[in-house]
Amino acid sequence: MTSPNETSAGLQATGVTGADAASQSLQRRLAWRSTLQALGMLPVLIILGVVFELMSGRFMSFQNLSIVMQQASINTVLAAGMTFVILTGGIDLSVGSILAAAAMVAILGSLIPEWGMLGIPAALLAGLGLGLVNGALIAFAKLPPFIVTLGSLTAVRGLARLLGGDTTQFNPQLPFAFIGNGTLFGLPWLVWIAFAVVIISWFILRRTVLGVHIYAVGGNPDAARLTGIKVWAVLLFVYAFSGLAAGLGGVMSAARLFAANGLQLGQSYELDAIAAVILGGTSFVGGIGSIWGTLIGALIIAILSNGLILVGVSDIWQFIIKGLVIIGAVALDRYRLKGSART
Amino acid sequence: MTGSSPILEMKDISKTFPGVKALTNVSLTVYPGEIHALMGENGAGKSTLMKILSGAYQADPGGEIRINGQPVTIDGPLTARHHGISIIYQELSLAPNLTVAENMLLGREHKSGPMVDRRSMEKACQTVLDRLGVHFKASTKVSELSMAERQLVEIARALIANSRILVMDEPTTSLSSRETEAMFALVRQLRAEGLAIIYISHRMAEIYELAERVSVLRDGSYVGTLVGDEISAERLVQMMVGRDLSSFYKKEHDAHQSRGRVMFAVRNMGDGVRVHDCSFELHEGEVLGIAGLVGAGRTELARLIYGADPRTSGEVFLQGKHLSIHKPEDAINSGVVYLTEDRKHLGLFLDLTVRENVNISVLNRDARPGGVLNLKAAKQRAAAAIRALSIRVAGDVVPVGSLSGGNQQKVLLSRLLETKPKVLILDEPTRGVDIGAKSEIYRLIDSLARNGVGVIVISSELPEIVGICDRVLVMREGRLEGEVGGAGHPPVTQENIITIATGVREAAE
Repeated sequence: MTSPNETSAGLQATGVTGADAASQSLQRRLAWRSTLQALGMLPVLIILGVVFELMSGRFMSFQNLSIVMQQASINTVLAAGMTFVILTGGIDLSVGSILAAAAMVAILGSLIPEWGMLGIPAALLAGLGLGLVNGALIAFAKLPPFIVTLGSLTAVRGLARLLGGDTTQFNPQLPFAFIGNGTLFGLPWLVWIAFAVVIISWFILRRTVLGVHIYAVGGNPDAARLTGIKVWAVLLFVYAFSGLAAGLGGVMSAARLFAANGLQLGQSYELDAIAAVILGGTSFVGGIGSIWGTLIGALIIAILSNGLILVGVSDIWQFIIKGLVIIGAVALDRYRLKGSART
Repeated sequence: MTGSSPILEMKDISKTFPGVKALTNVSLTVYPGEIHALMGENGAGKSTLMKILSGAYQADPGGEIRINGQPVTIDGPLTARHHGISIIYQELSLAPNLTVAENMLLGREHKSGPMVDRRSMEKACQTVLDRLGVHFKASTKVSELSMAERQLVEIARALIANSRILVMDEPTTSLSSRETEAMFALVRQLRAEGLAIIYISHRMAEIYELAERVSVLRDGSYVGTLVGDEISAERLVQMMVGRDLSSFYKKEHDAHQSRGRVMFAVRNMGDGVRVHDCSFELHEGEVLGIAGLVGAGRTELARLIYGADPRTSGEVFLQGKHLSIHKPEDAINSGVVYLTEDRKHLGLFLDLTVRENVNISVLNRDARPGGVLNLKAAKQRAAAAIRALSIRVAGDVVPVGSLSGGNQQKVLLSRLLETKPKVLILDEPTRGVDIGAKSEIYRLIDSLARNGVGVIVISSELPEIVGICDRVLVMREGRLEGEVGGAGHPPVTQENIITIATGVREAAE
């Protein structure tokens, strides 16, 4: 949102006379400003890239950038689902655990003789189902999202270990190994998948009725109900979508590793996903944000990990620097948009 | 209070503008530590009187103003401020691009040498803000504050100038009910601190709640002052009315022609707590008012009909057909829509654009297969709504939160109209709306009725109810207590409504 006073003064001055040219230029200015807002973190992304290039001399190579995008892909998929949830003012802490459970299902499914490809739909269904359980508890039992997904974070982690008999499951002849390791037109499949998820998310959010309803429920849930919006359906959808995205993340992980481990896989992935969404400028209370911001947020996190390794920073310092950059970037963003962004 | 001497006495104040006598020998006496309400219809002379007090106008010779017993001449705003008089106007007079502290000390900046001493300014202002218990800092920019917070800045500005007499001109117009409560608490605190508060309001309920004494003006003359127990809506209305309001509330729909055809009926509606056993009928093309004191259960009744709250009893019929309404969605789909009294919290999506706000109830109707938005239809609907209701906005992609109150209300109204309703329930349709938009909304209601829509208007403003409604139901303590305007009922007048709303009739019987 732009500064109310500034705009309303401008609007009333031009609006009364209805001068078309003035109104058009204002529309264009507003559109341009919202684009800028959506891309708010892009400068940070570019600066980080330039700094790492200057320090290492290897960062900007096609090969390395391809690796960065590949590293960002799973988090991007999780963060896309998380964007839907946070836009409604909720949170989904269970995505890391759902990813582990879904990866386990994918590996177990892939071990079925002749029908190994079934692992993919089975994992997606597992993610969707677990997301629906989250959504049902939040939409119908009206429990707080934080509590529900905190519970499923733990419970689903246990489920993932149970499925794999608490050991690591392997499949060296994974039928869908190409997803994790192959390329298409020179780019890894993982990257194509992540990009497709972003496009689909954009389409749902900006081009469907459901998308407008998601923003409406996040912006003003009481008004949404009085307006006749099926708030329960919107909530059910966003958690199901987040679960499905985590399921897809599970397939991607399994395909990359040829294996799944219920205990370790996807640990604290939910935090990276939330960080990406927040870095992307989506409001934590709901109603404001965009999927493009989330994509940029996910890329920033991946660049940080990759760049710090290239530069030779130790593992311990990587953690400290990553955390500080996330806080600093968001602080910078809030400062820049002071008086216009609501958090 | 009693026994103390008046802080302000205005005696025999007259004011003549070229061709018009705005005030004739008006007197007003105010004591320290009291809330003194000033009432009167629009144009009764309240604002003129206050502008004389603040030095914006000069009174005709012959009158006298005394402060603490001393005769004074107020020849400009500076003198008024010097005498401890501050006015908080309806249209707030703050500079949004400056900080709270800069606004509070505008024209009296602290200096150290040639430089403005911001730190000392902010410190002084923060002390006052803390006393008011507000949650923003003196260094905040006013543009970041809500309307309610800006009003607090105005009050703080009066306090830092050591004002003893505070004039508040309809301070709650643009506030939500929650913010109003907070404002009342603050006004009472200021009274306890010994300030004299002159409180201008049209709302009976506020007068009841706050004022010890009420003075009434009518047509530029002083009518009288009521003290304590004497204050009753009935007497206040009697003192205030006597003016012809028919031009403002012009009715062009025929109220009687279609009286025979009942289109909408509510039977035994109740929630077991705040609404009991309410039954009524609405005719085609009729404007039906629901009046009553604040807390009588009018909004609750409307929300029950609309399916917004669970009910324990009650049925709704539209054109003879029983409607099963369990949630707002059902009501909208049957052609019954409700305009909330609290548009900011329950109505609009402030961060969404005007286009989205206008279209949100019909997105599904317009959508292409698969729930894909029909952007073209949405754009056309928004453009048509902006034209039809003359919503003043540069474009339809502006966030609705940036519009003025009147234009926000029009956006909300057009959202309802897009659903092509058969029955429209309007809860305080002109709250926080300027006078121009008000009359436009009245005309809209009139033209809807002419086109056969049944309109129910809930309002706390009696002149409005009397002016635009064909028939009025009066609620008291959750029940429909009586009716005015229908066949076999007393005519629609403010006195008749107030009599039923306050239960005076029962006492008389």
